[in-house]
Amino acid sequence: MIEAINEALDLKMAEDPDIIVMGEDVGYFGGVFRATAGLQEKHGKNRVFDTPISECGIIGAAVGMGAYGLRPVPEIQFADYIYPGLDQLISEAARLRYRSANDYIAPMTVRSPFGGGIFGGQTHSQSPEALFAHVAGLKTVIPATPYDAKGLLIAAIEDNDPVIFFEPKRIYNAPFTGYYDKPVEPWKKHRDSVVPEGKYSIPLGKARIAMEGDALTVLAYGTMVHVTEAVCLEKGIDAEIIDLRTIVPLDIEAIEASVEKTGKCLIVHEATRTAGFGAELSALVTERCFYHLEAPVERVTGFDTPYPHSLEWAYFPGPVRIGEALDKLMSE
Amino acid sequence: MAERPKGSAEQGANKPALSLHVPEPTYRPGDPVDFAHITVPDAGKQARPDETCDAIETSDLCYDLVRVLGNDNKAHGPWDPKLDPDTLRTMLGHFAMVRAFDERMFRGQRQGKTSFYMKCTGEEATSISAAMALASDDMVFPSYRQQGILIARGYPLIEMINQIYSNRGDKLKGRQLPIMYSSREHSFFSISGNLATQTPQAVGWAMASAIKGDSRIAATWVGEGSTAEGDFHAACTFATVYNAPVILNVINNQWAISSFSGFAGAERTTFAARALGYGLAGLRIDGNDPLAVYAAEKWAADRARANAGPTLIEHFTYRAEGHSTSDDPSGYRSAQEREEWPLGDPVTRLKNHLIELGEWDEDRQAAMDLKCAEEVKAATKEAEKNGILGHGLHHPFATMFEDVYEDLPWHLKEQSEQAIRERETKFPEGRPGS
Ligand SMILES: Cc1ncc(C[n+]2csc(CCOP(=O)(O)OP(=O)(O)O)c2C)c(N)n1
Repeated sequence: MIEAINEALDLKMAEDPDIIVMGEDVGYFGGVFRATAGLQEKHGKNRVFDTPISECGIIGAAVGMGAYGLRPVPEIQFADYIYPGLDQLISEAARLRYRSANDYIAPMTVRSPFGGGIFGGQTHSQSPEALFAHVAGLKTVIPATPYDAKGLLIAAIEDNDPVIFFEPKRIYNAPFTGYYDKPVEPWKKHRDSVVPEGKYSIPLGKARIAMEGDALTVLAYGTMVHVTEAVCLEKGIDAEIIDLRTIVPLDIEAIEASVEKTGKCLIVHEATRTAGFGAELSALVTERCFYHLEAPVERVTGFDTPYPHSLEWAYFPGPVRIGEALDKLMSE
Repeated sequence: MAERPKGSAEQGANKPALSLHVPEPTYRPGDPVDFAHITVPDAGKQARPDETCDAIETSDLCYDLVRVLGNDNKAHGPWDPKLDPDTLRTMLGHFAMVRAFDERMFRGQRQGKTSFYMKCTGEEATSISAAMALASDDMVFPSYRQQGILIARGYPLIEMINQIYSNRGDKLKGRQLPIMYSSREHSFFSISGNLATQTPQAVGWAMASAIKGDSRIAATWVGEGSTAEGDFHAACTFATVYNAPVILNVINNQWAISSFSGFAGAERTTFAARALGYGLAGLRIDGNDPLAVYAAEKWAADRARANAGPTLIEHFTYRAEGHSTSDDPSGYRSAQEREEWPLGDPVTRLKNHLIELGEWDEDRQAAMDLKCAEEVKAATKEAEKNGILGHGLHHPFATMFEDVYEDLPWHLKEQSEQAIRERETKFPEGRPGS
């Protein structure tokens, strides 16, 4: 996935001289995850550069650059470090178009690795997507495959609204294995697939059907798409897995169509449960598909604790938690 | 780990107890005022280094006070910008206009025509004289007390008033608090109610200008109280790291609502001296001296344009009126402060300078003040035709959902339809103008 992201950046930078890549360690070194490797060499120090360790400064400067007419693609090294830049994102970038009645826009794509699974502890593992989904004016994108990462990132960069682009770091490179998690075949298939060269984009707000089926609907994004798919395959459950790809804008039509077909809905995300994005999804499905539902909507999520280090495999949803919820829904 | 002394509370009793320092302003309501502790150096005595000097060469100027206009109403010394009388009269005209505008809008708020207003009385030079030293397409990132920039840049009064009234003529579609203007044509950035957020944005804009090899620079204004925000420090760091062509104006008007400047650290050092730790050039200037403000801003602009680096300017001034329409300063500061302020009033000082030059007189001043008041009155009448706040003449409901995103997503479309439905239920006959 990391190469796909690098390709998308490279391709867009070659095409549009107004695109600027900046962030902590993104220049010479190419980023701690190597997402920006080689870009500075190719596109110059004026367009790819390191920044001070100041997320407020990074996002604040990006707002000013956007107002000038550039299209900054700042990187926040880990999503956990986006909080010092939150005011600039929420009060400034997200509202600039609205408060100035289109006088100024903030066309930035804030890229950030998110989620757990690499033993990153409390400060390298969080999934704060619900926070951003709650803010009017922001778009939030979460790719689950290398193909999507490239296409969605290109679309995000071309978008004239501020976009938060969360990259599930657990599937940046390796298929994930772990104490309680088996290598996941569905992800390997994506990892080993060849991402087409050249430009293509995937519209924001269009979900992907990761697995077709009619026994129940699973709504997921990022890493959880693959984990759920693996569990369904193992259990032989004929689920329809919808990879949402973007949570704002949300593909409500795809959700409705699937739930109306299957009559059951499971929501899986890694973030904490209370007031997570699953709560929003659950409410939407209940409001819109209630008379098609044969069972209550189920949620599988991370626990409402800070992110633990050594016990992370017990923290986020794995095959056991997802399997239980699937069994429960299937038996209703 | 070091051991705490064991045993009774008496142990260690010979050491002084630690104590917290909570700053306290020198004067509170009812106190007589003596500003003797404020050093006001003679005008013209401050050195003027070359614009392209190393930042460190401005060190002394960070603790001094650059002044040009002396008590004799004449211009002195190396910082004298040597402006011609026409330019000085233009500046004075903008001063008069901002005063007249503030006066009328303040009254408008009291009359219930809008919710809120903020005057810049006593600080006119810090925006108008500064703006006049910049090119008209240099980008400004103001805070909320820089209406003078719009006046200096010829932004129509009626547009300002439409915005203040949030009426159907308001270009910002009634979304912003009064006085939170925005005008791209005037290179005036949209004002935020969150303090200091514009400072790193200005630096980012300046960086973008440098990246593109443009010749335009950026300037930002922030209150001394707001310099305590992290954003300001991020802005200083970014400005110095990238040598951004930006001017950081700190308006030290002594008060942040009811908190005096000591709560932003003024007891320990000057705001200009903040520049030194970052390696920025710094200037501390008499903010009530229009010539000093002009000269300093021009110096910093030339420096930025020559790729010689950013400058932090502390404008030492005084907020003569309340913080806003919601504020009563007699509750927290001595009423004498305003009269006793040792740097006088910028409008009076510029007027007296022109009179001293033989280029102006009191009659012409009175005539100009009257003309400004009439112009503002006429613009107000005109703007009122578009409505005043809360009287129904606002933008159509559907506009509330526009511009959240470039395109209207499904959930906002649904909510917009709901708003229209609610309105039809509430006003089946329709409401005039809405
Ligand atoms: C982030 C933030 N915190 C608090 C406020 C409330 N507030 C509005 S103005 C103000 C005082 C600002 O003082 P200063 O920066 O000195 O500017 P001045 O009003 O004196 O021009 C405060 C605390 C705000 N607008 N934004």
